[in-house]
Amino acid sequence: MPVKMLDGNGAAVEAVRLVRPGVIAAYPITPQSSIAEHLADEVAGGRIKAEYIRVESEHSAMSVCLGAQLTGVRAVTATSSVGLALMHEVCGMTSGCRLPMVMHVVNRSLAAPWSLWCDHSDTMAERDSGWLQFYAGTVQDVLDLYLAGIRISEHPDVLTPSMICQDGFFLSHSMQKVDVPEDSAAFGFVGQYRRQNMYLDPEDPIFVNDLTPTDDYGEMRYQQMVGFRNAAAVAEEVFAEFQRRFGRRLETVRPYMLEDAEVAVVTMGSMSGTARYVVDQLRAQGIRAGALQIVMYRPFPAGAVARVLGQIPVIGVVDRSAGLGAVCPPTCTEVAAALRGKANEIRSFIGGLAGRDISNHSFERIFADLLAIRAGKRDTHCQWFDLRANPMDIRVLSGEEDAECIK
Amino acid sequence: MPERRGRPMDKQAGRKLLGPCAIIFAAAKTGSWRLERPETDAGRCVRCGICARYCPVGTITVHKEGAAPVEIDWRYCKGCGICVNECPKKCMELVPERGEG
Amino acid sequence: MYKIAVKTDSLVTPGINACQGCALELIMRNVLDVLGRDTVLIIPPGCSAMFSGSGIESGVKVAGIQGNLENSAAIACGVARGFKNQGNTHTKVVAFTGDGGTVDIGLQALSGAMERNENILYICYDNEAYMNTGVQGSSSTPAGAATTTTTPAGKLGRSKDLMRIVMAHDVPYAASAFVANLPDLRRKVRRAGDTQGTSVLHIHSPCPTGWGYHSSKSIELAMEAVQSGAWLLFEFAEGRLQLNREPGKLGEIDAYVNGQKRFRGFTQAQREQLKKDIITRYRTMNAGMQT
Repeated sequence: MPVKMLDGNGAAVEAVRLVRPGVIAAYPITPQSSIAEHLADEVAGGRIKAEYIRVESEHSAMSVCLGAQLTGVRAVTATSSVGLALMHEVCGMTSGCRLPMVMHVVNRSLAAPWSLWCDHSDTMAERDSGWLQFYAGTVQDVLDLYLAGIRISEHPDVLTPSMICQDGFFLSHSMQKVDVPEDSAAFGFVGQYRRQNMYLDPEDPIFVNDLTPTDDYGEMRYQQMVGFRNAAAVAEEVFAEFQRRFGRRLETVRPYMLEDAEVAVVTMGSMSGTARYVVDQLRAQGIRAGALQIVMYRPFPAGAVARVLGQIPVIGVVDRSAGLGAVCPPTCTEVAAALRGKANEIRSFIGGLAGRDISNHSFERIFADLLAIRAGKRDTHCQWFDLRANPMDIRVLSGEEDAECIK
Repeated sequence: MPERRGRPMDKQAGRKLLGPCAIIFAAAKTGSWRLERPETDAGRCVRCGICARYCPVGTITVHKEGAAPVEIDWRYCKGCGICVNECPKKCMELVPERGEG
Repeated sequence: MYKIAVKTDSLVTPGINACQGCALELIMRNVLDVLGRDTVLIIPPGCSAMFSGSGIESGVKVAGIQGNLENSAAIACGVARGFKNQGNTHTKVVAFTGDGGTVDIGLQALSGAMERNENILYICYDNEAYMNTGVQGSSSTPAGAATTTTTPAGKLGRSKDLMRIVMAHDVPYAASAFVANLPDLRRKVRRAGDTQGTSVLHIHSPCPTGWGYHSSKSIELAMEAVQSGAWLLFEFAEGRLQLNREPGKLGEIDAYVNGQKRFRGFTQAQREQLKKDIITRYRTMNAGMQT
């Protein structure tokens, strides 16, 4: 298998090339832009035989893909942050019409405040839009999860689109060694796209997505729920086949040193490797620490999470989004629900927002907190970590403002 | 509830479609809305076809021959009166609907 | 494939829940009659969505999708490019939208499609307000017209000129049409359908419910609109603008506006302003023809 040095966006482009899309629509947004650029290059160079549409917004990008995929081709776009937020309305059309589209999302904070850097607030805002969600931990994951996502989404029992989420800059612009499957091997895995369910064909006409009465709406949402439920089992099958074909193990969750752990952290995305590094260090000191990386967030693998975390006394869930107003932020909410009725102490940790590095020191402090709780310390349920000491006082007028500016 | 995972769907009868779509070409019985109906004075009608051309509902047939030149499908005629207004011979008029079908 | 529950030669059902006298219904019948079965419709929510259907029943025999209000042009691009990628360049991909979905919320997607010269036919039936939601004002609502959001004085300011925006994109073909000359409308639909690249049709669509007139007067009012110049009939092709018909009574809008309750509160000053706007637009278009 050829090995290439690729950043996350480069791996995203390779993945798209391998599945042979018919239509690509892209609108540039940092940090996704190099995906839009390189897909244009691939099409111009004839390496992808697709129509490339330089759309005027992300809203149109998703709309173009909706129309295109309904004609019977794989349609591709990619986005980030506010671009995903702009797509939101049409994301619901794609999932509601049961189109198995797979989209790269390069995670970046939502505005305001403006930020170019990574957190998960953009995709967390889409967690109920009817899309499967997978979060890459490495650049290799970006490629592998895209190929697997195509198979899972397009499975006739699933027919639900997927977001393949990668951390902006931490993955999208980080060069790593990537095994890129041969074209024929990858295409042999994903297969030729075959239209299913609803489509637009003048020789076999139906009208897609007309006004649906109350009598049918709830049933159609129920159908989607069944698709999500099936996706959990299909993902296991697809991951197993992926491993047989390509030798790499994909999992919905990645447990690390959990069997005898007394304290554990739950992570998503690029922070996960750092968490495992710190677990190794703690283990070397005789501390029974562990880590769990959530790869598939939708459908949330509650059974697997309960199975691997059920016996662990103290668990810290690290969210890279704030979950304002919620009892705890999104990942912690899911983990707590998965562990309901069990005796675990669960703590929420919020941080890494807008690209603030979640370093080994961050995890050392988190683990120290968890160990203190294990020793009987009482603490608040939600903690913001690595916050500056004076978060409420970072913009203070000095009293020396110069009237010059309004003369 | 058909939730079991089965074979890929094909184009045979019984194929199930998931999600929102219309698969029957059907008609609402808009004739029931009618408060007035167009009546034609067959003696003055020149069978020009203008009433049929402008009927938004497409429910008027003008016959080249026969005693009744203008045939209207009462199941769908909404009684808008465009035919009456556009008739160049002014041989049509709206009369109160009596509901005899 | 549709199950056919009502027999008709037409591609449009005879029983559509459009209001009595609705010009849109007449437009849709003629458009599909000209374009034929090899057509895919993209319809946004709005009055035209009655043709999409409701529940399991559709009002048309052709394939279609009901998208969002603002993305008809973008979905059409996707459908056209999806077909092209599979070697199908014959199917007509038609966005069929109202003025709200075009000049207001849909303008960005339409502009993008026109700039890229996508192979789609974009039809805007213009009833000059958001009729399906209850006659709220749009940017196509004419000066002085009352809607449920432009009361009590009627709309302040004038309507947005869609077709000058369209022509600024230098599309291969654009035309305006109206329902009092159906052969002309059908000829334009055919020409638009035969055009490679983006074609845009702007069709005047009198609305008895929203404009406040008796349902029998739709054709008559359409004729008054064209006679007075309130609606100009023209075609734009290969950079050339051609007026199809001189307004017989340019600026004489009394017969047009007096027949409509939406202009009931019209002041003399508003009336004069509308006349002036109509004459100015006519002159601007004429000047455009001479360049």
